[in-house]
Amino acid sequence: MIEIETLSVERDHAPVLHDLSLALPAGGLTALIGPNGAGKSSLLLTLAGLIAPRAGRVRLDGEDIHAMRPQARALRLAFLGQEQAQVSRLTVREMVGFGRWPHHRGRPGPADRAAVAGALALFGLGELAERPVSSLSGGQRQRTQIAMAHAQATPLVLLDEPLSALDPRYAREVMEALVAMAHDPAAPRGVVVVLHDLGMAARYADHVVAMKHGRLVAAGPRREVMRDAVLSALFDTGLKLREVEGAQVVLPA
Amino acid sequence: MAERRLILMAGMLALGCAAFLLWNLRAPMGFILSLRATKLAALLIVGAATGAATVLFQTVAGNRLITPGIVGFDALFVFLQTMLVLALGGAGYAALPVLPAFLIETACLAGAGMALFGLLLRRGAGDLVRLVLSGLILGVMLRGLSGFAQRLLEPSEFAVVQQASFASFGAVDHVQLFIAAPLLGLALLVAWRLSPRLDLALLGRDKAITLGLDFDRLVLGVLGLIAMMVAVSTALVGPVTFLGLLAAALAQALLRRLDHAALLPAAAGLGALILVTGQFLFERILGFQSTLAVIVEFLGGLVFLALVLRRTAR
Repeated sequence: MIEIETLSVERDHAPVLHDLSLALPAGGLTALIGPNGAGKSSLLLTLAGLIAPRAGRVRLDGEDIHAMRPQARALRLAFLGQEQAQVSRLTVREMVGFGRWPHHRGRPGPADRAAVAGALALFGLGELAERPVSSLSGGQRQRTQIAMAHAQATPLVLLDEPLSALDPRYAREVMEALVAMAHDPAAPRGVVVVLHDLGMAARYADHVVAMKHGRLVAAGPRREVMRDAVLSALFDTGLKLREVEGAQVVLPA
Repeated sequence: MAERRLILMAGMLALGCAAFLLWNLRAPMGFILSLRATKLAALLIVGAATGAATVLFQTVAGNRLITPGIVGFDALFVFLQTMLVLALGGAGYAALPVLPAFLIETACLAGAGMALFGLLLRRGAGDLVRLVLSGLILGVMLRGLSGFAQRLLEPSEFAVVQQASFASFGAVDHVQLFIAAPLLGLALLVAWRLSPRLDLALLGRDKAITLGLDFDRLVLGVLGLIAMMVAVSTALVGPVTFLGLLAAALAQALLRRLDHAALLPAAAGLGALILVTGQFLFERILGFQSTLAVIVEFLGGLVFLALVLRRTAR
């Protein structure tokens, strides 16, 4: 469980999060939604320990995230940001293998190699494993990064707009893989993901956090938050949620 | 594969060293061997230090085009030399005992280098344009200050500064080598032991931190190592701006890998190999004097241009 207590954050001396208090569930898939500039990415960067709060704190299972050493934090949470690490000449397997670094500290063993192979297979990267990352398409690189976060095998995974470079097929596959990670009976994880595609949030999220202007608008189970009135107020435009052939879709009102 | 290439490079280096020492050796052999061994040791130390320091610098800076020299370290060296001559006078500078002078110069360069690199890499190290521009502007400023100070010097003092400002492998004192060799050996060993962390640092600050690396602490330590390596090498023979870039680029081409456990020894070995074989060819085969630094700068400059044009910054 992540507890966010009266969190205020500044970036480049400008306030981006204001007095935010929120509890994120330990399991399931939580979608962070909101218009541009809502502070979703800043919240995720703060949860990942990459931005220090100006006031308030973030606790992970009762422990202050910003007081943890990077090594201890990396064993508890994985983070995939918008800016991807791209190093020419690294192969897909090597890149995904970096996800195991917190576990082996530079000396990978058979368990690490097995975890990497599993992540490659799960995200359809088996055939690309020996290709340099620089030769991949944007979507393939994105899947490589998500596979790296998966290989890190942490109880919590934070992803900032992981679908941004993906076509509909891979976007759906990635969301299904994230749902599978969140509900894996052997090792369920908490997955927190920033999504701009409200249809994806409506279809796959267990919980939804809605933010606007650096403040919390609504948080709770998907059906409580993904309502016409909440979405319309959140985006300052008429939106309605409808079921089409068994799937939730967001339409203009 | 990489191991075989490293062994091949080590073999070529050993061959180059043997040729440098023994080629055309005439009486008095002991005296000539001693002179050649001193020069060979200087070439090995400077080549290894410059190659390894450049790989380290490129890793913490987050791109493969940068060298300590390009971002102003050489200008800093000339500035310090000028200030030293200005403060002590030409005769006073020349009269400085070798060992204290070397130690003071190394300490000043290491301290100033640490400050320079820390300033340049403090934030936004991944921003190549900002890094290069800041380094170039600092370099221009320091050269301007040096130029101004040099106008205050007597002609004889100016000649002393000029002589000290260009790399020269001919006048290395063996006492300096006894200090430089263990310092460099220690720095290389520490850097090599940091290899797994350096590999992770290639992913950039944020990614490395979220994978458990104490990135800022690593950068601080590595900057200390770089400052020591470059300071020792520069205090020993003077600045060679593009040697490191040449060695690092060749090491990457040789290994086709980015893991530092192989890359560091490869760059160190290639830096040494370039200097030893270059000096051997120029001095023994072609009979030239003091042209190696110029050729290394020329070739290194070409490699720099090629890398910029190919845009393989990372």
